[in-house]
Amino acid sequence: MTLFRSILSGDMPRSTVLAVLLALILVGLALAPFLFPGVRTVDTAARICVFIVLVASYDLLLGYGGIVSFAHTMFFGIGAYGVALSLTHLGRGFGAIFLGAGAGAVVAAALALLIGLFSLRVRAIFFAMITLAVASAVAVLVSQLSGLTGGEDGLTFKLPRELGPAFKFGKEALGGELFGVKLNGKLLAYYFVFAGALVLFLMLLRVVNSPFGRVLLAIRENDFRAEAIGYRVVYYRVAATCLSAAAAALAGSLYAIWLRYVGPETTLSMELMIDILLMVVIGGMGTMYGAVIGATLFVLAQNYLQTLMGAASGLVEGLPVLPELLSADRWLLWLGVLFILSVYFFPTGIVGRLRGGK
Amino acid sequence: MTAAPKHAPKMAELSLADRLGPWMPVLLVPALVLLGALAIPETSSWLTLTVSGLAMGMMIFIMASGLTLVFGLMDVINFGHGAFVSIGAFVGVTVLLLLGQMTGAPSLGLNLVALMLAVIGAMAATGLVGWAFEKVIVMPVYGHHLKQILVTMGGLIVVEQLIIVLWGPEEIYIARPESLKGAITFAGAALEKYRLVAVVVGLVVFVAMRFVLRRTKVGLIVRAGVQNGEMVQALGYRLRRVFVGVFIAGSALAGLGGVMWGLYQEVITAHMGNDAMILIFIVVIIGGLGSVEGCFIGALLVGLLQNYVAYLEPKAALISNIALMVAILMWRPMGMIPVVKAK
Repeated sequence: MTLFRSILSGDMPRSTVLAVLLALILVGLALAPFLFPGVRTVDTAARICVFIVLVASYDLLLGYGGIVSFAHTMFFGIGAYGVALSLTHLGRGFGAIFLGAGAGAVVAAALALLIGLFSLRVRAIFFAMITLAVASAVAVLVSQLSGLTGGEDGLTFKLPRELGPAFKFGKEALGGELFGVKLNGKLLAYYFVFAGALVLFLMLLRVVNSPFGRVLLAIRENDFRAEAIGYRVVYYRVAATCLSAAAAALAGSLYAIWLRYVGPETTLSMELMIDILLMVVIGGMGTMYGAVIGATLFVLAQNYLQTLMGAASGLVEGLPVLPELLSADRWLLWLGVLFILSVYFFPTGIVGRLRGGK
Repeated sequence: MTAAPKHAPKMAELSLADRLGPWMPVLLVPALVLLGALAIPETSSWLTLTVSGLAMGMMIFIMASGLTLVFGLMDVINFGHGAFVSIGAFVGVTVLLLLGQMTGAPSLGLNLVALMLAVIGAMAATGLVGWAFEKVIVMPVYGHHLKQILVTMGGLIVVEQLIIVLWGPEEIYIARPESLKGAITFAGAALEKYRLVAVVVGLVVFVAMRFVLRRTKVGLIVRAGVQNGEMVQALGYRLRRVFVGVFIAGSALAGLGGVMWGLYQEVITAHMGNDAMILIFIVVIIGGLGSVEGCFIGALLVGLLQNYVAYLEPKAALISNIALMVAILMWRPMGMIPVVKAK
């Protein structure tokens, strides 16, 4: 139990339902290729893994630091493009992956430092506006510098052979199959993403439960008072920004590894930023477990809710406006409404509710 | 008893730098225009670019002025402001398309009447939506910046999606009224008529706004409210109502800006407000949040710089605005004309 406690950095779920949910998600993701075999379901599971890290890193900023950023997809994209570029130019090897991911994280943190120093020293809301401007400029820049980034088409690249579907293993011992699942590189790629996401998530959990995380909470609650006690608010805020940017970049690297493709649509778009916001708020700001719940629910909803809405829109066929409102393309409308309502009525999100509406 | 020390007060004149300080932002605009003239050798291109830069700046100012005032008065940061730009553009363009016969006729009078009707329609619609937006979305989160940003962003998404529901997902192309098409030639430079109109409208809005703020009682209350809201309330004025009025006026101005922006680009999309927000934010930040004059100067700087740089080095145009913002924040971290709050 103490080991368990220290793995979770002392931040226990503190709610039976939440603990059960988290355990279900963990087991589900850990055994996804075996429990739900199928290309689409495993892809969904990998997306959930990546988004958990991405949303958790955003929560470090929004939930703990009380800073709104609209450049999180930019950092995510920097990590993804880092891996893509290094695999394209340095050849398919694990060295290239780690170099690309490391370089992406460093660049993201440096950029975050720069933006943070410019805006956070004045007022925290400047940060929201400036990140919005910078992120959109970067997104356009990426699609314009097509020589380097592949423009709108993005980059497709080759992973090390061991992570590709052509690589088979366990032929002699298991006959190439385990519980009916083919043992190939795609399976290894999934576990690479899963392990990476798990380690990153536990590291983020460690950060928010450290003394540093406590100071961030204090600043979120009352920055004036934190400053008066003797903490340099701007340093802490900038440090949180950099950490969060680096974690987002690493999540981006994982995503690129899984997709074997990067493009502005998948990594840099404003829609993605809004998705992240929704995941954080619905899951619960200021709790890392909120990121897990939010990301899982959201990705599942994204994949399966649209089908449901399509069916609902079929039911009200013939009525004015209603089919339009319920069509599968308008799901963002309902999420927007849900988002506003949850900011008003459940500012602590699902996790906050489960923990007793604190 | 010792004699009192010699007391000889001197009236030293302020140094030139000190006296120039408050005027520096104002001087930046002509300085940038001059710099543009030096960088662009052909006078005719320079003149064309200057006019289009001014036109663009004026339109951004119209869209941004409401946002900066709302922030100054109530400390409310509205990330959904772009929604009003989109609504204004869609309503205005719909009116113009309905009045196709008037806009297609080659008569200036009929065109202007159609344009006026479109603008009135757009401003009425955005004013109304602004009022509802304030009541439903902004009011419950007063005094809480984090929630304001989140909730107004959610409002922007919802409004954008509703526009798609009502008008369809395709972009709508719109031709300018017949007599505003084309350009006039002045000193060898081709000046688009529509841009000249935009400059005039922008100036009128700015002067009117300044007049209201400086010369009327409402303006006095608004300015006092920006400086010290509690005191104004203590004196018996209902600042809440003034604020709602300012919010509605700001939304209506964003709608006006939306119509003009849509006609300028000759195409409108549901997310055009979102795109405009980026420029609007840059402008209000460099101007100083809450300052109308700063917003005006900032908008002109952004418009001019973007046009000059786009001509000289097209790829750099994107980052020129960011660079301008960085430079100005290094010089004055609170923006060019910081708003002093008595707190």
